[in-house]
Amino acid sequence: MLDYGKLISDKAEKMRPSGIRRFFDLVAEMPECISLGVGEPDFQTPWDIRDAAIHSLEVGRTKYTANAGLKELRTEICAWLKRKYNLEYHEDETLVTVGGSEAIDLAIRALVEEGDEVIIPEPCFVCYDPITTLTGGVVVPVATSEENEFRVTAEQIRNAITPKTKILVLGYPNNPTGAVLRHEDLEAIAEVLKGTNVIVLSDEIYSELNYAGKHESIASIEGMRERTIVVNGFSKTYSMTGWRLGYAVGPKPIIAAMIKIHQSCIMSAPTTSQYAAITALKDCDDDIEYMRKQYDMRRQYCGRKLNEMGLHTFEPKGAFYLFPNITSSGMSSDEFCEQLLQRKHVAIIPGNAFGACGEGYARISYAYSIDHLREAMKRIQEFLYEIKEEKNHG
Amino acid sequence: MDEMKVLDLLSLYPRASVTDLADILGEKEEDVEKAKKNLEEKKIICGYHTVINWDKTNIDHVDAFIGIAAKPERGRGYDKIAERIARFPEVSSLYLTSGSSEFLLNINAKTMREVADFVGEKLAPLEGVSSTVTMFVLKKYKVNGVTMEIKTDIDDDRLPVSA
Repeated sequence: MLDYGKLISDKAEKMRPSGIRRFFDLVAEMPECISLGVGEPDFQTPWDIRDAAIHSLEVGRTKYTANAGLKELRTEICAWLKRKYNLEYHEDETLVTVGGSEAIDLAIRALVEEGDEVIIPEPCFVCYDPITTLTGGVVVPVATSEENEFRVTAEQIRNAITPKTKILVLGYPNNPTGAVLRHEDLEAIAEVLKGTNVIVLSDEIYSELNYAGKHESIASIEGMRERTIVVNGFSKTYSMTGWRLGYAVGPKPIIAAMIKIHQSCIMSAPTTSQYAAITALKDCDDDIEYMRKQYDMRRQYCGRKLNEMGLHTFEPKGAFYLFPNITSSGMSSDEFCEQLLQRKHVAIIPGNAFGACGEGYARISYAYSIDHLREAMKRIQEFLYEIKEEKNHG
Repeated sequence: MDEMKVLDLLSLYPRASVTDLADILGEKEEDVEKAKKNLEEKKIICGYHTVINWDKTNIDHVDAFIGIAAKPERGRGYDKIAERIARFPEVSSLYLTSGSSEFLLNINAKTMREVADFVGEKLAPLEGVSSTVTMFVLKKYKVNGVTMEIKTDIDDDRLPVSA
């Protein structure tokens, strides 16, 4: 019998199973539970996009594309970024990837050497840390706080930068907090970074889900284009999570290095998805607006309900998550979420799954119908009432 | 309060009560009630309808679309003849359209005979109507945004928890 424990690489062995994975297993045992735990939209992919994919199959578009992605798609991505965020990129500064996740992986692998530091503001999406660690990099977490609406500050970044810093990850609009950075935040961060060799990995996958105004990319701030890799994709904007399609734009030498890795491990992103994405970028602005409006209504509803029932919740301006402070319950994040699941069959994710500073919070996704959300809010309220009663009596 | 918010919500959840609407929007019930009434009075909201698949009942039911070629009247265009056609209770919807005929109407009746009688005895003889084309509905697939008999999209099959 082989000793697999010895065969698995040290780096893979040491990867921690994410807190989300642990919770997933708990929820899997309770199929009737009401979940508020998803990180993907509830809307179907708009029909025009699906139709474009079907057409591409009908005419036989079933082969590899260029490594960097279809030229027509890259042209449309550049046009879209210009139209939406006034970003100027050329097709050869654009790489189409398997979801935004692959773009993040490639960017980190293309830049990080053993011992290089990657500054990661937390709470954040769960993949930055393990990818950095696998690459041999060192994670430098920066804790953001509710008092500052979970916006990382220029000061925090200045303090975290060392001669070994290679990358600053900025994931805004943020999963799990829903935080967005303001223009003045971006300006201040840019001021800190200019004159350094730090590259910003700006994960803007939720860019179109901004309820405070128009999304602004840090790459559009003067002096930042040359030191920024922008990651975006189709999953959240067009409700296309299962299509696995994202992209990165950035300085040509970095994108070229990313393409080298990409062509070895992926070859090219799914062809059907790429054809579908062309239609998404060209024809589906109305669909984005429709979904954004629905999310906004749910966001306001859930935010108000949570605050009314005594879970202080800062108003998130982006993505489709709320990040209520659950410390008033007297429980840890894990306890709170497990108890809520066991007693009321509602699944939400402990905040610490997104970084240590998420302790005391929980992530609630509102990518659900309003009926579903109302039932869940009712149950959370009952839960809070019950634990309060138990405390009073006991 | 913003009446359009009430309208948006009702377009999605037409059966929501005033209490539900107020709860979702975080507004006072009386304000929502007033906004709803305003929308109804201004005829922005013209009605609330139940979409029924009669084929699943034992009740006889026949639907037909009828194209009507008609002549406009001096000074009033098509409005007067439209009024006359709309008055028949069998007519559930009536549109002035571009294309080969002037009007397109939808009729709900019990039997084909009833439809034939309606066309032959009431519609065709109307002054200004020069010809009609009747199309019987054989099967309904989608009515007012609701699909029938077919399924266009599967139910929510997302993983219950994801990053």
